[in-house]
Amino acid sequence: MKPDTHTGNRGLDLAEPLLFELGRPGASGVDLPDAPKVKSHLGGLDRDDIGLPNVSEPEVVRHFVRISRNNYSIDANLYPLGSCTMKHNPRLNEKMARLPGFGDLHPMQPESTVQGALELIHTLGHWLKVLTGMPAVAMPPAAGAHGELCGVMAIRAAHEAKGEKRTRMLIPESAHGTNPATAAQCGFEVDTVPGNARGRMDLSAFKAKLGKDVAGVMLTNPNTLGLFENEVMEVAQAIHSIGGYFYADGANFNAIVGKARPGDLGVDAIHINLHKTFSTPHGGGGPGSGPVAFSAALAPFAPLPMIVQDGDRFRLIEHLGDKGKPGEHSFGRLRSFHGQMGMFVRALAYMMSHGSDGLRQVAEDAVLSANYVLASLKADMSAPFGDTGPCMHEALFDDTFLEGTGITSLDFAKAMIDEGYHPMTVYFPLVVHGALLTEPTETESKASVDKFIGTLRYLARAAKSGTELARFKDAPKLAPRRRLDETAAARNPVLRWTPPAAQAAE
Amino acid sequence: MGTRYFTKDHEWIEVDGDNGTVGVTNYAQEQLGDVVFVDLPAKGKKLTQKGEAAVVESVKAASEVYAPVSGEVIESNAALAANPALVNASAEKDGWFMKLKLTNKDELKGLMDKAAYDKLVASQH
Repeated sequence: MKPDTHTGNRGLDLAEPLLFELGRPGASGVDLPDAPKVKSHLGGLDRDDIGLPNVSEPEVVRHFVRISRNNYSIDANLYPLGSCTMKHNPRLNEKMARLPGFGDLHPMQPESTVQGALELIHTLGHWLKVLTGMPAVAMPPAAGAHGELCGVMAIRAAHEAKGEKRTRMLIPESAHGTNPATAAQCGFEVDTVPGNARGRMDLSAFKAKLGKDVAGVMLTNPNTLGLFENEVMEVAQAIHSIGGYFYADGANFNAIVGKARPGDLGVDAIHINLHKTFSTPHGGGGPGSGPVAFSAALAPFAPLPMIVQDGDRFRLIEHLGDKGKPGEHSFGRLRSFHGQMGMFVRALAYMMSHGSDGLRQVAEDAVLSANYVLASLKADMSAPFGDTGPCMHEALFDDTFLEGTGITSLDFAKAMIDEGYHPMTVYFPLVVHGALLTEPTETESKASVDKFIGTLRYLARAAKSGTELARFKDAPKLAPRRRLDETAAARNPVLRWTPPAAQAAE
Repeated sequence: MGTRYFTKDHEWIEVDGDNGTVGVTNYAQEQLGDVVFVDLPAKGKKLTQKGEAAVVESVKAASEVYAPVSGEVIESNAALAANPALVNASAEKDGWFMKLKLTNKDELKGLMDKAAYDKLVASQH
């Protein structure tokens, strides 16, 4: 809704057009000399009207500062999507990543000039192996889903090396959507395993699906409902008994880092989202990074490049090895270059500054915070698995508490915006009706979590009062934009920007 | 007017002679929310019972629609491409998905009638 002002601004909340709508012919932030006259080799394709905006330096600065003010971020307030989207990024990590020796690297520099960088990657890999309790690690994957691809490609390579053609991948119904997508991408047929009444994978249904055509199982632990899969070791034993492999989705490692080692649980491959557990920026910020730890059974198939240590020198293995050499059985290269160097620096800075006791406390405090939210709100909201014991790092609510009010989970989430909170994850996991999945993380103070709990309790009681329907149906009323019509946007998407009709700038 | 059957996955099929018309139930469209896209099988495609037949995408999620019985697709509802909202407005009539030529009519015996389906839906509330 456009405010009733001459400028279209709402006080100091400035309405910002696109950069392309700001341009004025002739405006420029730099003076460039005329290009030298050269013979064109563009075959008549050269043109002057490529449509770049013409703006001065202060216009560019103001444009991006104004946009940044519309951003809700972890630096502004509690962010209930938690490590899943982004937890606090300690500033020390940023300082380390900007050291010239790390920040100014080029991936094609000769090995002899980047020994420190290779040592850092190697050291980070070492600590990932220690924390997962697994003997090998692949650093290249660019994010969590890329790590899944890496792990499942290794599983496929391991079966092929044994001359076996296995076609089915077992995946619980509560899994992240990337798990079945990864399995399908690698040519496996996805076979969904139902959950049980306690929100865990149904072990007997899982065992009933086992057979010689099963390549493996992909299980997230803690799972997407924020619950620990306490039968995980039986799952590992059962999948190994038929010659399959156990892929663990490590998206929720934040809850168990320093407390439980996936290698001890029987896992064969697990990706670790450095941009979740190890605090590197993402969710609109920096790139992700998803190294994969491997068991001894899958280690030979890890992708290239890999780093090996020869005495005090570090060497990159970039090509498939000869017989008996590292990389002999590798499934090959997964991407260009060696991985997300800037994220490696930040993740290692996070590990070193916390130490083993600090990392353990990260997991303990994250779980404590989530259980505090769950226990405080169980009576006013509805927690579908609230009586099955403590949760891990996420507190899950469903929409039973909204039954009969005419208010949906989406309305409830939108009302949180008016209260100054970004909503939590809604409608995921799909197995829970109207899910509201909350992850406060370990870095919020008790006062901050208390204020958040108080807000949700207030809204839950308002929803049930029967007299405040408009508060929810009209929300958000106080945000820069009112509720967007998601349905219209999905049914009639506008995919291409077109210039507005020329308007007077007065 | 043929005989209408239902599945526990919330599909309906109305059988008339050897042919059947398939769609999702009104309860299913309520659970999906606003439908924004429907991916339908091409004419001539052979479907097997409980196999994936179509994909329906709403603002909340993308869900598979399974074939209630085996058969060959003889027509899919072209109106849904232009107007997926038909699934919300008229799930059990104008918002039908596809017409099948049934290949195994015995499979109908395992499906529910309206009374049994209504009972199932009531138990899920």
